[in-house]
Amino acid sequence: MAQNTKEKKKTDIVRILLIFISLAFVAVMLVIPLVSVIYNSLRKGFAFYVEALSGKYVVSAFKVTMLATVIAVAVNTFFGLVASWALTRFSFRGKQILATLIDIPFSISPVIAGLAYIMTFGRLGWAAPFLEWLGGLLGIEIKIVFALPGVVLATIFVTFPFVSRELIPVLNADGTDEEEAAALMGAGGWSIFKSITFPRIKWALLYGVILCTARALGEFGAVHALSKTRGKTFTLPLEIDALYLSGDQDSIVASFAVSSILVILAVLVLVLRYVLEYKAKSAGKRR
Amino acid sequence: MYVELKNINKTFDGFRASRDINIGIEKGSLTALLGPSGSGKTTILRMIAGLENPDSGDIFIDGVRVNDIAPSERGIGFVFQNYALFRYMTVFDNIAYGLKIRKQPKEEIKKRVTELIELTGLTGMEKRYPNQLSGGQRQRVAFARALAPNPHLLLLDEPFAAIDAKVRHELRMWLRDMIHKVGITSIFVTHDQDEAVEVASQIIVTNNGRVEQTGTAREIYGRPATAFVTEFIGQPAVIDNYGRLKGFEEEDGFTKAVVRPEFIEAFKSDNSRFKHVIGCSEEGTITDIMFRGTSLELTLDVGGIKLSTHRSLERREVEIGEKMRVIIYRLFAVKGDEVRLIENEELKKQDMHNARLESYLYSQDGYFVM
Repeated sequence: MAQNTKEKKKTDIVRILLIFISLAFVAVMLVIPLVSVIYNSLRKGFAFYVEALSGKYVVSAFKVTMLATVIAVAVNTFFGLVASWALTRFSFRGKQILATLIDIPFSISPVIAGLAYIMTFGRLGWAAPFLEWLGGLLGIEIKIVFALPGVVLATIFVTFPFVSRELIPVLNADGTDEEEAAALMGAGGWSIFKSITFPRIKWALLYGVILCTARALGEFGAVHALSKTRGKTFTLPLEIDALYLSGDQDSIVASFAVSSILVILAVLVLVLRYVLEYKAKSAGKRR
Repeated sequence: MYVELKNINKTFDGFRASRDINIGIEKGSLTALLGPSGSGKTTILRMIAGLENPDSGDIFIDGVRVNDIAPSERGIGFVFQNYALFRYMTVFDNIAYGLKIRKQPKEEIKKRVTELIELTGLTGMEKRYPNQLSGGQRQRVAFARALAPNPHLLLLDEPFAAIDAKVRHELRMWLRDMIHKVGITSIFVTHDQDEAVEVASQIIVTNNGRVEQTGTAREIYGRPATAFVTEFIGQPAVIDNYGRLKGFEEEDGFTKAVVRPEFIEAFKSDNSRFKHVIGCSEEGTITDIMFRGTSLELTLDVGGIKLSTHRSLERREVEIGEKMRVIIYRLFAVKGDEVRLIENEELKKQDMHNARLESYLYSQDGYFVM
């Protein structure tokens, strides 16, 4: 009995210690810095905050960010569905290689992605002659690098594994029996997707879309390499960087104000994620 | 023949799942495809359904060659191994799915589904989801769903594999009665011989991509056609040099033999009932006793040969190490793929192998004359 109490005390200490370390770490690394962003953004009063956010450059950066995010999420949702479907429903040569390639944006530095796009689509890049030819055909100048298309491409690149990574485990775990059963009864491909597959993957899909959105909003490195014009192609993270580096007190506070938008968006995404996880779990319970 | 497979071959990545399969199934029959895992039984079922295509050979359903007909046009109902119920649909919607796909009028769908729900005893469960059902209820839903579009042929892939052992027997009976009631030609896949014997009117034994034997349960038990069937069916003990057993002489080339528990009688030497045949018996030592619920399973060492037999619980107690008298009525001798039934010569000499034997031998379990 005494032995038991001793053992119990020991595990109690371990428990408290682990919880304390985790909490302290999160506080120092995350909570305090984020709170300081909000605090600093309001240091010159609320009027200044609003003014900082309605500046010409900031509004432009907000628009660029939204545009890049919406396009990247739409493209990657489609791509993620196609890729995860191909990887889980068919067997083909090079399947493993494709699965690995999809994960590259997770492991590669975004700056390298940006530079790679410059090498491909830039004035001296491999695709330059083709773009010139296409531009001539359409009677316009096609510019990708250092222009909006480049920003969008970079955002797509860094976010493309998110949707398929969420879908693949769900599709794999569930197998193909239900779809086969529906096909055997004469259901067509679209009708099977709509009535059998989609209800199973919808929470995972939405979760993937949210992660993709969060990442797209905050992308810095890849976009930085491809975007050099403030007020035209700058995204919010780039604008924050520019404001902060300009050095005077007002700009620094303004940069915190812009940062606070991203922090608020991030918190919103977190809340949404929590709600979705809860929903997915209760949907899972219905199985 | 309602369903016919002719010279079917199928290979998966170099694995030959079907080798020259020829099968005929009569209208209205309930057939079991029985074999160990990897024997190609499921492949046969899936090819009939159209979920796989044979590399060569023809499949006929009701006289029509269906090789190039889409699965959904073959007029079949399919019950998947784990039922593959649509988990985000209610019982009602699951059963109605095939009818909705066929764009039948709403009124008719409702009528048909209600009819099936009543037939399968699922009344009151219409609004439940598959995860709110027991294994047996799920099987009923899968069965009703497969039957909804009025198929002419019902295919079931291991229909009892996902069910607790306890309710399995009950469900087998239920399914058999239900299929007879509906009167639909049915084929099911199983690896469990008890299941095949209890449910099916015809059994097709498969092994290694081939059909080993086709027949009723009794035929397959009594006259196994190949070495594989002999060693697969029943509870066989495979022995060498059976010529050492009293009453048997090794026949030319038949070096191996299969003995089933019901071919063996083991009795105590003072058992007066057996005094007339004690001369045909030999000594065996009990090496193991296993309690089987309704009987004991004895393992005996007879001159170095290991044999097992069942013993009624009503008989006198026995213990490990006890010396018993053992008579082997008969055995299956095997040479390559040839099987020969050999009777005990000593018993024959005593003219006891038929009617008279009955008055002497205590246990008659499994002693059959084809």
